[in-house]
Amino acid sequence: MGIWSCIGNSLEDVKNSLYEGKSGIAFDTVRKEWGYRSGLTGKVETPHLKGVLDRRARIQLSEEAEYAYLSTIQALQHAKMDQDWMDAHEVGILFGNDSSAKAVIEAIDIIRAKKDTTLIGSGSIFQSMNCTVTMNLSTIFKLKGINFTVSAACASGSHSIGMAYLMIKWGLQDHIICGGAQEVNPFAFGSFDGLGAFSVRENDPTKASRPFDRDRDGLVPSGGSATVILEDYESAIKRGAPILAEVVGYGFSSNGEHISNSNVDGQVRSLEKALNDAGLKAKDIDYINAHATSTPGGDKAEALALDQVFGEYKPLVSSTKSMTGHECWMAGASEILYSTLMMQNDFVAPNINFENPDEASAKLNIAAKTVDKKITTFLSNSFGFGGTNSTLIIKKIS
Amino acid sequence: MTKEEITTKVNEFLVEEFEVDAIKIQPQSNMRETLDLDSLDYVDLVVVIESNFGFKVVGEDFVGIQSFQDFYDYCHTKVSQKTAA
Repeated sequence: MGIWSCIGNSLEDVKNSLYEGKSGIAFDTVRKEWGYRSGLTGKVETPHLKGVLDRRARIQLSEEAEYAYLSTIQALQHAKMDQDWMDAHEVGILFGNDSSAKAVIEAIDIIRAKKDTTLIGSGSIFQSMNCTVTMNLSTIFKLKGINFTVSAACASGSHSIGMAYLMIKWGLQDHIICGGAQEVNPFAFGSFDGLGAFSVRENDPTKASRPFDRDRDGLVPSGGSATVILEDYESAIKRGAPILAEVVGYGFSSNGEHISNSNVDGQVRSLEKALNDAGLKAKDIDYINAHATSTPGGDKAEALALDQVFGEYKPLVSSTKSMTGHECWMAGASEILYSTLMMQNDFVAPNINFENPDEASAKLNIAAKTVDKKITTFLSNSFGFGGTNSTLIIKKIS
Repeated sequence: MTKEEITTKVNEFLVEEFEVDAIKIQPQSNMRETLDLDSLDYVDLVVVIESNFGFKVVGEDFVGIQSFQDFYDYCHTKVSQKTAA
């Protein structure tokens, strides 16, 4: 696994942030200058890749692809996959990404100013496409397997892992680099801000993202990149890879309704499909990493869906978005990584800022503080615009 | 701009843009081979010329440019034409 996020750029730092309930949210004055309703954002460190990658590779990387390169380098090292090994094996890549706004807008600005498309330069096209992460990383790491981007709004990262799981399960691939990446710049979130979806609790940024809390007023945009490497079990055993966990279930559904409103029935179908795929019952889930982004309507729908499926057993629930903000296209992958770190280290990270439940969240067993607890099996939800739902179930290797 | 000023400026932006050691840029060396230019790199060469000298290179102009000296001469001619205009 590898990570580049507002709560840390290494597994160790992220584990500590999760345990300590540390927020990565800050106030960005540029957004206010640009007319944003909210200046809140996840604060992600800017990568410096000069001297790390050659010029040709660097100028083709979008912001989110830079994050993805760094999280993927970490993940490959963690998985003990070096370039020689990848050269000799068919390794694929499936990454979630659903925008590259900064690269597109900067290119259009040049065309408007110069009236000449050549002056955009050669790197722009490779930064501007939604598949910027997969096209660049597959080139840098000389990958020879499956290679495409999963574009499914805020469920992109989760579906990328689900797709990789299916491809390995069906015997089509043995090793797939997957994850999710999200740009964090003022170009990327203007229209989302304009919908009034973001928290305006600007006087206290670390308190702004408060999923399930009665007084939540919207999400905080964030991003970075998370990479997880999925591998066929026999292959991993054969090469002595450190096996962190097993993907045992993938559920998905489409709401078939409103483009931005959540839907309890769609989420319940995704949850049940994942449990059925895993051959598990609701009582088998020790921890749920909720999608809950801190919006009034979205959190309510998820609370009701979770209660409908898990109400009898009430497993611990938290939304790590309380610390990270909403990592959007990245979230489905990063939250698998966060939850796997919890499972490895025997704790449930807190849903910080959960001070008062509302009628729906009162039905859940929400971890407002860190809970020291062994986790054997966890479930992670990701939902996106257009009503796309994804649920993954991950199990500890015994 | 004098020829010397143009040569200095060209060397500076080639070192910066294409990350090549300054010592490798010699007037009679082959520019494409020294800078390891592919078709995409020529697009970026157009961009740096435009941003430094304010004129736009058309692709066919590169056909006659083999050495760095050819390139200095080309830039000097274009800058002089621009100044005269």
